[in-house]
Amino acid sequence: MLETGIRLHGTALEEEDFKTHRVFYTTDIPKLQYAWDCGVAMGHYLKGLKQGKLLGTYCKKCKRTVIPPRVFCELCFRNMDKWVELKDTGIVNTFSICYVTWDMKKLIYPEIPAVIEIDGASKGKGILHLLAEVDPKQVKLGMKVKAVWKPKSEREGSILDIKYFKPI
Amino acid sequence: MNQNVAIIGIGYTVPKPKTPEVSYKEMTYLAAQMAYKEAKISPKEVESFVTAAEDLHEGTSIFDEYTPDQLGAVQKPMHTVSGDGIQGIIAAALQIMTGAFDLIVVEGHSKASNIVTPTYVLNYALDPVINRPLNINPHYIAGLEMRAYMQDSKTSEEDVANVVAHNLTRAALNKLAPYGAKISPKKVLSSEPLFEPIRKLHMPQTSDAAYVVVLASERIAKKKVKPVWISGMSFCSDSPTLETRDWTTSISTQIAAEKAYQQAGIKNPAAEIDVFEIDDSFGYKQLQHLEALKVYEKGKAKNIFENGDKQKLSTRVNPSGGTLGVGWMHEATGLHKVLEVVSQLKGKKGKAQIKKAKVGLAQAWRGLPTTTCAVVILKNQK
Ligand SMILES: [Zn+2]
Repeated sequence: MLETGIRLHGTALEEEDFKTHRVFYTTDIPKLQYAWDCGVAMGHYLKGLKQGKLLGTYCKKCKRTVIPPRVFCELCFRNMDKWVELKDTGIVNTFSICYVTWDMKKLIYPEIPAVIEIDGASKGKGILHLLAEVDPKQVKLGMKVKAVWKPKSEREGSILDIKYFKPI
Repeated sequence: MNQNVAIIGIGYTVPKPKTPEVSYKEMTYLAAQMAYKEAKISPKEVESFVTAAEDLHEGTSIFDEYTPDQLGAVQKPMHTVSGDGIQGIIAAALQIMTGAFDLIVVEGHSKASNIVTPTYVLNYALDPVINRPLNINPHYIAGLEMRAYMQDSKTSEEDVANVVAHNLTRAALNKLAPYGAKISPKKVLSSEPLFEPIRKLHMPQTSDAAYVVVLASERIAKKKVKPVWISGMSFCSDSPTLETRDWTTSISTQIAAEKAYQQAGIKNPAAEIDVFEIDDSFGYKQLQHLEALKVYEKGKAKNIFENGDKQKLSTRVNPSGGTLGVGWMHEATGLHKVLEVVSQLKGKKGKAQIKKAKVGLAQAWRGLPTTTCAVVILKNQK
């Protein structure tokens, strides 16, 4: 209770009260649209994906090859030295098995997001994608996997140009 | 102030309407490299970082998670000020004033061109229950304020048109102002009415740019070349309610300025401050802010262009061309004003240089529909 004399009292509400408009509320559907400039690093990366290539960048000072690429090294704070084309294979660094959708509906086939350390990149550097063509129970850390690409004609310079990674 | 704080480096990218060639990270990296080079520091020496950003302007929530890489701030303290960059500078200076830090970096940038639905984003700043349902382009709020201000201060549409024409014309001399153009007050008055009394040429256009500012304690700053000292600073928010706010006066600027003047020992701002870079959005804001800053008495800012401008205020206020000339850059808007003042105090402004500028003031407004303003007073000598 506020000292001004206005009483703030509570009333328990049921979902029915909202459905029947016994309580006042306003709804709002956001119209928030963005078109992000991908810049040099992401621009090259996406162009590479369209061509069926995985591109990383190399810092000779830190002796690191990173993917996704960046044009500057966040550790020694200078420009990266060169672009490096990497293989489309790697190993599973970590994964999760998702049995529900983002709005908590049960999935018939679980989704398996994983971080895949790409062959040729430095230890721990890889890309986040999905695993498929695999029994979720068989997925292990360190498992060797390979990218499954969309047909060339369907690629559009997107991370989805890779459909998923599958065991090899 | 109990601990002196100085700006020892400031880096930027040139404001442009669009910047498809770089990502916001790459743009900020370029500004950071420039700032660290000027300050002669490595980011490894920096103890704490501040970013001025609003998630809805970035399209990414918890945005400061994405700022360390491009600043060399990996594994360092980093926090967001969701307000104008001058508020970010003040937050950083306060950290130094605690005595716990010597070197702090502030970052602010604009990728305004990447917001596809800016008016809808702006609408999200309005009260969702009692204002948004009216479903009108929220720029009308500037129309409400301009009308109330003009009535109260007996300022005419011609007076406001003079500000717009003057600033856009001066912006043409500023390499950092993409919207510079020789425009007559008559052209402003005949431009399309949009949110009357707001017309098309009153509207600030947006720019993209990044700013990185290095702040240091006296201990570090006194060893650097041409440090610019903060001698007063404050920010303030009035009540935001559209239905009950004071439409005639920028009370937040007035209160922030009073405190900053007190800290800087300034009694007569028009005489003691050489250069002012202040918010001039929609034209009338420059007049309203000049009065709140006590450069003019209430209702007298319109006299800035009258014959006998003995104090040459029409030259010393917004030599950059202001926000109208440089562009609205969301949280980075005030950082551009700081850059302009710092450049003036270092004598680096070329054709737009104010001779012998020693003391400068940067003031920022957080934009529609806010009643938040920040003021910082800078000096090239302690
Ligand atoms: Zn490196």
